[in-house]
Amino acid sequence: MKIVKINKNKWAEGLDSLAGSYSLTGPVKEQGCHNFKKLNKGQLPDFDFLNTKLSSKSSVFPQSEAMIEYNLDETADNHHIMKEVKKDYSKRAVIGMRPCDAKAILLVKMNFDTPDYKDPYWLNAYNATTFVGLACDQPATTCFCTSTECGPYHEEGLDVLLSDAGDHYIAKALTQKGEELLACAKWTEAADSTVMEKKKKEAEGKIVSSVQTDQLKNKVTLDLYSAPFWDDIAFACINCGTCTFACPTCWCFDIQDEVKGNKGVRMKNWDTCMSPLFTLHTTGHNPRGEKTQRVRQRFMHKLKYFVDKYDKGIMCVGCGRCVRQCPVNIDIRGVCDKMNGYEPA
Amino acid sequence: MTGYIEKIKQISERLLKEGRVESVIGFRKGSMPMMNEPCIVNKPDKIKDLVWDSNCGINLTNYLTNRKDKICVVAKGCDSRNIVTHIIENKIKREQLYIIGVPCKGMIDKRKAAALATGEITSVTEEGETIRVKGNGFEKAVPKKELLQDNCAICIHRNPVIYDELVGDLVEEQKGINRYEDIQKVEAMSPTEKWNYFEELLSPCTRCYACRNACPLCYCPTCFVDESKPQWVGKSQDHTDIRTFHFLRAYHCAGRCTDCGACERACPQAIKVRQFTKKLEKDCLEMFGWEAGMTLDQRPPLDTFKNDDPEAFIK
Amino acid sequence: MNNPYLPYPVRIDDIEIATEDKSLRTFKFVFLNEGDEEKFAYKAGQFAELSIPGVGEIPIGIASSPVEKGFVKFTVFKAGKVTSHLHNMKVGDIMGLRGPLGNWYPWDKLQGKNILIIGGGFAFTTLRSSIKFMLDPANRAKFGDIHMVYGARTPGMILYREELIEWEKRDDINIHLTIDREAPNWGYHVGMVPTVAEKVGPPGNDNTYAIACGPPIMIKFTLPVLEKLGYAKDHIILSLENRMKCGIGMCGRCNIGKELVCKDGPVFTLEELNRTPKEY
Repeated sequence: MKIVKINKNKWAEGLDSLAGSYSLTGPVKEQGCHNFKKLNKGQLPDFDFLNTKLSSKSSVFPQSEAMIEYNLDETADNHHIMKEVKKDYSKRAVIGMRPCDAKAILLVKMNFDTPDYKDPYWLNAYNATTFVGLACDQPATTCFCTSTECGPYHEEGLDVLLSDAGDHYIAKALTQKGEELLACAKWTEAADSTVMEKKKKEAEGKIVSSVQTDQLKNKVTLDLYSAPFWDDIAFACINCGTCTFACPTCWCFDIQDEVKGNKGVRMKNWDTCMSPLFTLHTTGHNPRGEKTQRVRQRFMHKLKYFVDKYDKGIMCVGCGRCVRQCPVNIDIRGVCDKMNGYEPA
Repeated sequence: MTGYIEKIKQISERLLKEGRVESVIGFRKGSMPMMNEPCIVNKPDKIKDLVWDSNCGINLTNYLTNRKDKICVVAKGCDSRNIVTHIIENKIKREQLYIIGVPCKGMIDKRKAAALATGEITSVTEEGETIRVKGNGFEKAVPKKELLQDNCAICIHRNPVIYDELVGDLVEEQKGINRYEDIQKVEAMSPTEKWNYFEELLSPCTRCYACRNACPLCYCPTCFVDESKPQWVGKSQDHTDIRTFHFLRAYHCAGRCTDCGACERACPQAIKVRQFTKKLEKDCLEMFGWEAGMTLDQRPPLDTFKNDDPEAFIK
Repeated sequence: MNNPYLPYPVRIDDIEIATEDKSLRTFKFVFLNEGDEEKFAYKAGQFAELSIPGVGEIPIGIASSPVEKGFVKFTVFKAGKVTSHLHNMKVGDIMGLRGPLGNWYPWDKLQGKNILIIGGGFAFTTLRSSIKFMLDPANRAKFGDIHMVYGARTPGMILYREELIEWEKRDDINIHLTIDREAPNWGYHVGMVPTVAEKVGPPGNDNTYAIACGPPIMIKFTLPVLEKLGYAKDHIILSLENRMKCGIGMCGRCNIGKELVCKDGPVFTLEELNRTPKEY
């Protein structure tokens, strides 16, 4: 695929051209944190971050999304008939997501795009989006992507990979969608294709953290489930949803009706397995009523159930967000190694 | 503050060996700079894991709620005031507890330390009142008081109010501090300015509820935001619902909040959530002369009635 | 793209009080749009989301049978937010129905086999669907002996009582009804379901399967009985309940290990369940 050079003095101009055909989203610094926001006309994405606070999963999986609408006014035609909310799925592009976030979107796709059912909201947004990644030349000490079948220059899930080379970016088109975006921005100057390879090696060498995952598949689910370490891992947990909301691969959601006057919508909202409410039965019985059960569920889902179900590695891309943001320092790296190394007595 | 740890370990070991308590709740070293992890130790051989330094900002009272066993807990000034509140509210019994009191000179705000460097902070060490912050090609030593959590900087109850044993001499309490400078600024705003201020303050909120869950006061079996019959609050990112959560939570903590800062420390989005609780803390002080958790002998003003109550409607 | 979150519009055609304490009602729905009934083709054992605009959705086992045409029926216990609202709705009201969802009793595997059906309380709905299906003249010859043990607290708490009494008269099914304690004019068994099942249940063998649905306490005491009768773990079929939202295996809350109760279940054999965490 094509590799081009984008002089930084052509960057704003190119984005301006893109804005004519795509609605653009990119990292924006607000109140000290970088997060993905819609870029207004002329606004440039701010690439001065290690990683964004929240991942770019919201580009296809917004925290709150209306799915269905209805009118409860009994005098109206078609009252109480539920209809799909019509949405604009015109072209959009995410500019500057880290490669780990892109790989995460592919992992999440396995949940929303199945042979039996397809989530039209997720998939329509996914199909409409061109994903432009920003390679990670200065990974954080909490990054462990090279041991999660990902990496600072990983290409899976991206349409374009950008690498910052000082006064210019090198952009590698990875798909047809990516080529179209580069053409639309009129970024066509040929670039030296070896530079990116070199930078990739350098960046991978800077990853100082890792997890062991090679034995997870061989472990017996119920052995890991009843391993003795869960109470100790879970003790500090305060059962907030920080890890799950920050995680690019966490896909669980809630469905809620919200009504104002006679008009209502059925929404999809991010949910978290850390909340007791997530599994509470109407009878009051709760299969995961205890904190330890919920913490175990989160790690077992990511590091065992997912591994067994899809045979695509672990449900973690090593972005380190949960490690950095957990208020009580529960660290998935340690948990993963414990699980990987566990031998039942 | 790092000198306290040997004493904490000695006391813990003695209590566990004597069978005086079944477990000790304290901190162990975290995997990240400026992060310690709350832990429970119930075997003497695990005591070596315990640590104490200026990164123990999490309020351990949160881990005492409804426990049935005999426990030793390490408590700073604010933690001890929350323990008092817990005892008054029947969340734990005084007889169950052995409180190791830690006179405290404040906890480090990891965001203030992070702001010193352009890149990532890789290590933070503490030498008395000096904090050495290291990053990639970066090193700086700063006085600890520049890095204190906002609530610690204005703390006037650094010494534990309830304890069984102290790990060191009581420290001098800070005097002549205006605890409410930031609140007074908000109070002086016009309604529109206030609206905009709070709107912006809460705009990064994802409703992860870390603030609520880190708070020792938030132990309701079902929080009002989680109630479904009736459902008081929607669950989306609707701004009204987000504001409702923060305002109502603050009101529910009125007269109980010790300004321990656990909520603000826990917030992954760095929202200054104490803006809400502190306003009510200020009101309680001004209207009722009340500071939460200072004594076991008096109930908080909002669950008692007195003839000289300033609110006329209640008479 | 077919939207799996979008319910079929239905009208409540009939509401029947199903138990003497009025805690259960049977709702009969008809589809508003032509062709939707065909799209809703289901098998006995599946469930659907009853979908009330402005209130929410609730997963409920389908009580009508694939051999019954022109309507679908659900018997609903009044418990939470959605079911309480549903109990206050009237004939003619419009709502939604999303499904059919989940797997079903393994009808292919059950062909030519003897079947012991064990039900308790109000968990009899998909069992009713199953029996109705097997007793259909087009299907009866495909199965061996059919035994059924069903119990409730009192005679008035037995679901589909008139239908069961009709079935009781047939000679191609062995019906054993039971109530917890003696009641006037009760001509059937008295005692707990597991006890009755132990007395009247056919012995387990390669050609005999047991399907059990009931409250957790009934299942707990029924499993040892089935074991005593000689049923292998892969010949014991159970149907689970868990909190659900999407019903299509996406929202993530109903899992037991890697299995999702809403999509990989709700029907599992005991052998399968013994390999998963007991998070139900």
